[in-house]
This record gives sequence, structure tokens and C-alpha cells, in this order.
Amino acid sequence: VTASKGAGQGSRRTLEMESVWGLGGLVLLRDSVEWEGRSLLKALVKKSALCGEQVHILGCEVSEDEFREGFDSSINSRLVYHDLFRDPFNWSQAGEALPGGPLGALRALCRRTEPGPVTIALDSLSWLLLHLPCTTLCQALCALSQQHSPLGGSPPVEPVRVLGLLHMELHGPGPMGALSSLAQTEVTLSGTAGQALAHILCQRPRQHPTHQTQCFSILPDFSLDLQEGPLLESQPHPDPHIPPVEPTTHLTFNLNLSKKEREAKDSLTLPFQFSSEKQQALLRPGPSQATSNIFYEPDVYDDLDQEDPDDDLDV
Amino acid sequence: MFPELNNLLNTTPDRAEQGKLTLLCDAKTDGSFLVHHFLSFYLKANCKVCFVALIQSFSHYNIVGQKLGVSLTAARECGQLVFLEGLKSSVDVFFRAQAEPHPLQFLREADAGNLQPLYEFVREALKPADDGQAAWRCPVLLVDDLSVLLSLGMGAVAVLDFIHYCRAAVCWEQKGNIVALVHDSGDAEDEENDILLNGLSHQSHLILRAEGLATGFCRDVHGQLKILWRTPSQPAAHRDRSLTYQYKIQDKSVSFFAKGMSPAIL
Repeated sequence: VTASKGAGQGSRRTLEMESVWGLGGLVLLRDSVEWEGRSLLKALVKKSALCGEQVHILGCEVSEDEFREGFDSSINSRLVYHDLFRDPFNWSQAGEALPGGPLGALRALCRRTEPGPVTIALDSLSWLLLHLPCTTLCQALCALSQQHSPLGGSPPVEPVRVLGLLHMELHGPGPMGALSSLAQTEVTLSGTAGQALAHILCQRPRQHPTHQTQCFSILPDFSLDLQEGPLLESQPHPDPHIPPVEPTTHLTFNLNLSKKEREAKDSLTLPFQFSSEKQQALLRPGPSQATSNIFYEPDVYDDLDQEDPDDDLDV
Repeated sequence: MFPELNNLLNTTPDRAEQGKLTLLCDAKTDGSFLVHHFLSFYLKANCKVCFVALIQSFSHYNIVGQKLGVSLTAARECGQLVFLEGLKSSVDVFFRAQAEPHPLQFLREADAGNLQPLYEFVREALKPADDGQAAWRCPVLLVDDLSVLLSLGMGAVAVLDFIHYCRAAVCWEQKGNIVALVHDSGDAEDEENDILLNGLSHQSHLILRAEGLATGFCRDVHGQLKILWRTPSQPAAHRDRSLTYQYKIQDKSVSFFAKGMSPAIL
């Protein structure tokens, strides 16, 4: 990752992009027709390969040549391409199809043999989601990102990073929500006036989710260029299925009391509390009660009949 | 072929790109002028063309082709054009022995899962000649249009799989091109068509979207054309990837102009 300039801000931005890349688990790259995400996927694949990781790619949407285009030979030698593009359903009967179809190919990725950190890129999750039931795919993704070493699971191996490209327009809210709940990090691509933006949502376990917006561009050699620009942290959340506001901000009561406030609260007698003073006050007729009188002064035009005082009621 | 559209797309029949999927889309208007453009363009470019025509008859395309300076009859006779006339051969499916394979076999099956016979037809039509006569520049598949396959009972994923295999065979193996038209019904409830349109959009390198004017019919401006280049191979070229022009269809050509710059109102 090459930050353009500005050491302080740059390190902060790098930190956020690192969190996309640095955590294990599932990373969703959600793109649209106007803002394609395969370039970003390739940039992240390149970064993994440069760190010496083994990179497996399950290619469903583009040919191996097209995916490898733009990488130099040192990167390409680290990429293992599982070709589901050429003949996914064995129509040509040429023996070039991966055994077991899409699901078999996905499960085969779970059975890794080599030690060390691994990145698995799914190009794309959308294609898999169109051809597999959502529950099956989610189970396979869980197995993929939580796999253990082949020798009985002990000691556990390094976390597996799974990068999944997801085309937003193709799926309803149900499957998108299911995949989001599995993901550690979601990157949603958008843009304004030719500038690509990445909305990054990180959900670390037992931590508050963080959300940030980052300007970026992908260089022709597929390195990631993070750019100067306002960090739009207060932007409205692009994702409607996650509540954007902190739930404690609009409370009508105070959750945290200072010591003074707590003393004032404890010393207050509430109206329903019955004490001996209150009892005495109620039993003893007060001075005001004894001297009270009702004064009535009739109007001049009142027709007051002493013998039938209710005459005006007309009963 | 419309020279003005070639200028907008920065291409000519002599230097047509290879290995590309072009998606044509029309919303609230008729985008068939784009199909006629690409048919005449690739015939003039000396490409071998397989045309899956499900909307109109051969004579219709031939008459329009003649206005644009190509003869479909001649092209078919010399083997440059393979024409699948959907309107005619859909009837043939029902009057032939069931064992014989037919590209539109799915019409006869109650629960046809895929379009494999249609793909086999395309692959057979565009496979390189065995006798070493590399007479044609590159193979091209043209489909008018894919939405009809949905209307005939196929699912969106089946149509996407068909195009997937065509991409693998035509665009990747033989470095040819695919051009396909899909209607945008604008109906949010037509989920299958939305999946087809969006799925194809994500696979295509170039999207041409013809739209009717939001203000309604106009005599001098027939609609607007949005051009979107999706070229993952040139990630830095983000600027000016999307352009919008208005157009007017004339007898033998289409004129394009910037928004609001129609010669009729200037």
C-alpha cells in the first residue's frame, strides 16, 4: 500500500485499509455496474502475494488469462487459479471441468495442505450465490474461513483470509444480509465525479463496528493508491440494514450519574412514599382548614327564591 | 453501420477490438438500431457472424441491412453469416423427430434446465474451419434479444449460463466478440429480467443503453444513448468512462449530438 503523502494522516488511512486486509475471516467487496470491484480484488490479491502468502483464486467470471493480466511473473507464480470459468457444468465433456461442480470446487479449497497464511479470493461470490442455495454457500464459507490444519486441528493454523467479490444489484436483501453477518469486513464501492470511494465497515469480535470512507485508485500494475481527501467519517451510512446511530445517544434519561447527582437523587422523597410525618400531617386538621369559609355574593339580577332555592334548575 | 456511432466508440471495422462482450440495452424505446449497426459493422469488418435472431424474420434484417450497405443473403451464401431464425425454427422444433438435436430444444421440454443445445449450435457455427482457410477475421455472436428467452420460459440464471459458455468459447478461446440486446422493462417486479440485465452488465466490457426521453415523444430527438466503458484491464482510466448523447434515427443513418444540442432547436 502506498499512501500518497502526509505521514500522520497517511498512517491512519493505511491503518484502516490494513484492517480490511490484515484481519482473517471473510472480507466482502461489494461493487456495482458503474464501480467495478475486480481491480480492488486484484490489488488485495497482489498485496497478499507480495507478503509471501499462498493465494488461491476460485475464478468463475473471468478467464485465467484475464485475471492474471497485469501481474508480473513473481506475483503470478504465487497464484493458484482454480478455473471454474471454462466449463463449470461439464457441458463440453472435455475433462477440463473441476470435479464436483461449483460446490465441489469450493469444498476442495477447504482441504488445504500447505502451512502458512493463505488468502482465498472468490471471483465472484455473486456467481456462486446464483448457482448454490444461500445456506449451502454460507456453510461452505464458514468452513472455509475457520478451517484448521489437516493434522487433527492442533495446533490451529494461521487465520485464512477469504476475499469475496459481490455484485450488489444481483441479490435481494436476504442473501446480502446473510453474507454480511458472516463477514468481518465489508467494503462497499461507490464514487463521485470519477473518484472511487470505498466505504469500509469493520466488525471485529466483541468490539464496536467501525465505519470509514476512503478515496482510492488502482494503478495499472494493480497497486493500491490511497489518496488525499476528506475522511468522510460522518457520511450517512450507505448500508440500510445496519443501524447507523449509536443507540444510547437519544435517551430521555441519564445513564451515568455523578456523586453529587446521586446524593441529590437519594435524598429525594417520592410522592408515593408514606412516612410518619406524612401520616401526622394528614390526621391533624391544619389551621387553614379550621378557619375556612365560603363567601357567596349574589348578583343583582339573580332571582333568588328563598322558599324554592332550586327553582332556577327547572326540575 | 452508423459512422457517427463508430466515432463515439472510437472504432472502425478495420480495427475492431477482440475478446469483448458488448451489452445493448433499451428502456422505454426501441434499441434495435444498435443491433443493425453491429450486424453491418461486423459483416463489413470481415468477421464470421452467428446471428441468433429471435425477434424478426430474416427478410426484415436483410432489408435494413441493405439500407446500411450489406447484403445478408450474400453473406449467408458465402458462409460468413450463420443465421438462426427463431420465428421459423421454433415451429420446426415441433415437427421433427425428438432425437434430433435442435438449438431451440428447450421449447419442447416442459422443464428444460439449460440452453446447452443453443450453445452447441453457436459453438458449431463459429468453430474455426478445418481446411486452414482463415478467411474471416474473428468470430462474432449477435443475439436479438435475450429477454425473449425469459419470455419463453427460461430462467435468468440459465440465460446467464448460456452467455457464460459463449464467452468462454467465443471471447476467450477464439478471441471473438459477443453483442447481445436485453430489454430493460423498468418494472421492479420483473426480477428475472433485472437479474439478467445486471448479471450481464457485470460481465460486459461496454454497455450501450438507449433510453426514451423522460419528457415523452419528440419528433427531432428520438432518445438518448448512454455509453459506459467497463474495462478492468485499464483501471487508471476512470475518468470519462461514461458519456450520454441524444440521437435522431434517420432513413439510413443515426445522428448523435450532445444533450440539448439538437440542430432542430438551435
